[in-house]
Amino acid sequence: MISITWTIMVVLSIFGGLLFSTAGRIGPAAMEGAASALELGISLAGPLCLWCGVGELMARSGLREKLSRALDPLLGRLFPELRHKPDGFSALCANVTANLLGLGNAATPMGIEACRAMADGSGAATAEQCRLVVLNTASIQLLPSTVASVRAGLGCSTPLDILPCVLLTSLCSVAVGLLMCRFLERLFHDR
Amino acid sequence: MIADLLIPLILAVCACAALRRRENVYDALTDGAAKGLRLLITILPSLIILLTAVNMLRASGMLDRLSAALGPLCRGIGLPPETLPLILVRPFSGSAALAVGADLMRQYGVDSRIGRTAAVMLGSTETTFYTVSVYFSAAGISRTRYVIPAALLADLTGFAAAALFTRLFFG
Repeated sequence: MISITWTIMVVLSIFGGLLFSTAGRIGPAAMEGAASALELGISLAGPLCLWCGVGELMARSGLREKLSRALDPLLGRLFPELRHKPDGFSALCANVTANLLGLGNAATPMGIEACRAMADGSGAATAEQCRLVVLNTASIQLLPSTVASVRAGLGCSTPLDILPCVLLTSLCSVAVGLLMCRFLERLFHDR
Repeated sequence: MIADLLIPLILAVCACAALRRRENVYDALTDGAAKGLRLLITILPSLIILLTAVNMLRASGMLDRLSAALGPLCRGIGLPPETLPLILVRPFSGSAALAVGADLMRQYGVDSRIGRTAAVMLGSTETTFYTVSVYFSAAGISRTRYVIPAALLADLTGFAAAALFTRLFFG
């Protein structure tokens, strides 16, 4: 998909060059683009590393477990079947907590563990597995750390001022995702 | 006031909590920073390759014409047309989306409406197709049933809500 998009972009730029007589600018622009990407990457490096460090600190400081316990009642309601499997359920709590803290890389292995615990061996997704995946693709974040570090890297002095927006947006998309799951579950009688 | 001190407070609270548990604060921070460096290295190739194409498209004048043509459609659901490239790559590739989003923030300014909308979009959505395939292949599931339509609709809601809330909060 990305390959097709990339090729289309390059071909389109040649058409653009011929149509709008900007052909002479495209070649240098390609080189400049590559050079500016590296500059951008370097300016992002510092904040990105700092936030990853803070994320690791949060994981080791026990903050993650505390938040995880606080989420227990809410998640028990969304995942009543998994609740009876303690290992899978604690993986789920850890997965949601890591997402909330913006630790995407830490969230995936725990989400996979929870997803495995939900499997019924039929090869078709269960309702709770669908809910878990939607919860992860809609990405509920309290602390959008990667984006905040990108903003900081670009010279923003208040990189976290988007926090309320991110939270409200995430809540909307999670709500729509879960409602869609509930609605589509009734349409799909293939189990 | 709270907003000004948010970052220092997060740093201090995490460090104190870790100290109380007798964790090595400094080691945790440097280990994490090393992970950040690895993350950057995974993003960098995609940043370079994508920005090359984006820059070519922009220099050719095609990007402006495209967003002018697709503008009415985007504005219909409240999306700034400039964020269209981000919306298109977001469900497929996390590193590509981060590259395109960071470029939007730089191009239009981190505190501009477009820059903020791009940041909110990045912060509140995920790489949907990657997530679905990783989770379901690990759990041995071949029939994904209704997950893709539900997740994509949630993403679309997220994009529209990101534009809406950015406009409400920052004008």
